Amino acid sequence: MRAADNQSTDSAPGGGFSGTAQVPVISISGLSKTYQGGFQALKSVDLEIRKGEIFALLGPNGAGKTTMISIVCGIVTPSTGKVIADGHDIQRDYRAARTKIGLVPQELHTDQFERVIDTVNFSRGLFGKPRNPAYVEKILRDLTLWEKRNNKIMELSGGMKRRVMIAKALSHEPDILFLDEPTAGVDVELRRDMWALVHQLRTSGVTIILTTHYIEEAEEMADRVGVINKGELILVEEKATLMKKLGRKTLTLNLAEPMTAIPDGLSDWKLTIKADGNELEYEFDANAERTGVPSLLRRTSDLGIAFKDLNTRQSSLEEIFVGLVSDRKGEK
Amino acid sequence: MGFNARGVWAIYKFELHRFRRTLLTGLLTPVITTSLYFIVFGSAIGSRMTEIGGVPYGAFIVPGLIMLSMFTESIFNASFGIYMPKWSGTIYELLSAPISAFETVLAYVGAAATKSMIVGLVILVTANFFVDLQILHPFWTAAFFVLIATTFCLFGFIIGIWAKSFEQLQVIPMLIIMPLTFLGGAFYSIDMLPAAWRTVTLFNPIVYLISGFRWSFYGKGDVSVEISMAATLGFFGLCLAVIWWIFRTGYRLKS
Ligand SMILES: Nc1ncnc2c1ncn2[C@@H]1O[C@H](COP(=O)(O)OP(=O)(O)OP(=O)(O)O)[C@@H](O)[C@H]1O
Ligand SMILES: [Mg+2]
Repeated sequence: MRAADNQSTDSAPGGGFSGTAQVPVISISGLSKTYQGGFQALKSVDLEIRKGEIFALLGPNGAGKTTMISIVCGIVTPSTGKVIADGHDIQRDYRAARTKIGLVPQELHTDQFERVIDTVNFSRGLFGKPRNPAYVEKILRDLTLWEKRNNKIMELSGGMKRRVMIAKALSHEPDILFLDEPTAGVDVELRRDMWALVHQLRTSGVTIILTTHYIEEAEEMADRVGVINKGELILVEEKATLMKKLGRKTLTLNLAEPMTAIPDGLSDWKLTIKADGNELEYEFDANAERTGVPSLLRRTSDLGIAFKDLNTRQSSLEEIFVGLVSDRKGEK
Repeated sequence: MGFNARGVWAIYKFELHRFRRTLLTGLLTPVITTSLYFIVFGSAIGSRMTEIGGVPYGAFIVPGLIMLSMFTESIFNASFGIYMPKWSGTIYELLSAPISAFETVLAYVGAAATKSMIVGLVILVTANFFVDLQILHPFWTAAFFVLIATTFCLFGFIIGIWAKSFEQLQVIPMLIIMPLTFLGGAFYSIDMLPAAWRTVTLFNPIVYLISGFRWSFYGKGDVSVEISMAATLGFFGLCLAVIWWIFRTGYRLKS
């Protein structure tokens, strides 16, 4: 049945990335956070981010993504645990650690009355870097903000404000960039631009950790994916491996003659009738010892069910992710 | 990097830039207020109260007037300076920057103190149009001037961190500082009060600050200048200690 697959399952996972750089640029160990009031937002998280990778942190609302990022960036104090960023303890050696890190927070927080160029220069100075008009110009041009450099931030649109925040985060040339939902409320075109920018940054050696609710974003960009739910990191995986390992596949048979009910002889398989009876769909686990596909095909021919075409489709990260989180809910 | 001087400078410049946006009202207000005080107190009341301890009444109130404005300005500027980023959320950047607590305070308080000293000087110059001023001990004047501006900015900084709303931001200046200032001998000498009230007044720390500052002008104060300076330094030290505690515990800055 391999030949029928439109997506071969044994192509190399992780693209060219895995194996090249395994040095952790951030290592988080035993990190937990209990907010005042007693809510535990993070439960002993261990995670290593590799140098130069794009890491996508996924999870439902309130999972603890922002909490984790805020701790690494020094905005929230951890209750327990330790974070080493580029070899520096984020608490003991905060100056060295923070110099390496840039943050684009989830919420749009800007100084409304300031000009774009001033606010970016301010950020650079705040991080202790000498003025560098050429570099600032480059960032603003990359983010198509150069034309707006003399505008006050209050005169910009929401998407432009978000780009100003990215410019601020990049102003001190960080090696590690946190993007907390960079594309929330951003139109499709701009989102594509953002993806391109992230790839460009990665090429220049920046490690990127992003959170997103758009799974296609993680699918498009990430090298690895982490899923966090209710403060627990429930999974960290190479994106490709994850999709291969957890991916469910669907086999679709385009029937020669429509059927109204599933014949008794096929009741051993979990089948659904689709497209007004013109299609028969079978969902299976691609990694299972027995997928049930060959036997299904044999049985259909025994039963004289003819089909014009067949194809298989692998489930998206979104489907995987929803499956994971709801499994967990079931456990509790 | 032992000291993030560029970071301090960036904040300092940012804050002064914020002040510059409201420069006209910021400087016109004290000029008008001072002029009004001279019309009301200097001319109307002063005509019946010619001298206090040998100093013409109009001149007598000048040091108190400067202090009055500097208390208000310092607290207002410094508390706003740190409250605004908290309120707007832009404080995330400050918290994620490689800048120490000391550097942060230096930048914010330095900027606020700069502005309130400018206001103080504007009042001094304005007053000079109305009355003949003399400064007998300029070194002490400068010392009190800088120290008191800084101390009240530190105090304002603490209020800005403590405040959770714009209302809380106003409440301490309005309910505590204003009354204490008016009862602090800005417009009269405490010798003019009945003995019992004089004793009560001595519990008002503002009395010592105004007295010391006035002494540096005319060589006469309600208490000795050493005591005034000690009180000023004591208040300064207290504010520093509270700020040190705030940053050590992350009080109301980090969750
Ligand atoms: N300052 C705070 N004080 C108390 N609880 C907080 C605080 N910040 C966050 N929380 C709680 O911690 C939990 C995790 O919040 P967090 O912002 O980290 O979630 P998230 O994964 O980023 O969610 P989202 O996808 O909605 O951004 C939530 O239940 C939230 O209510
Ligand atoms: Mg979040």
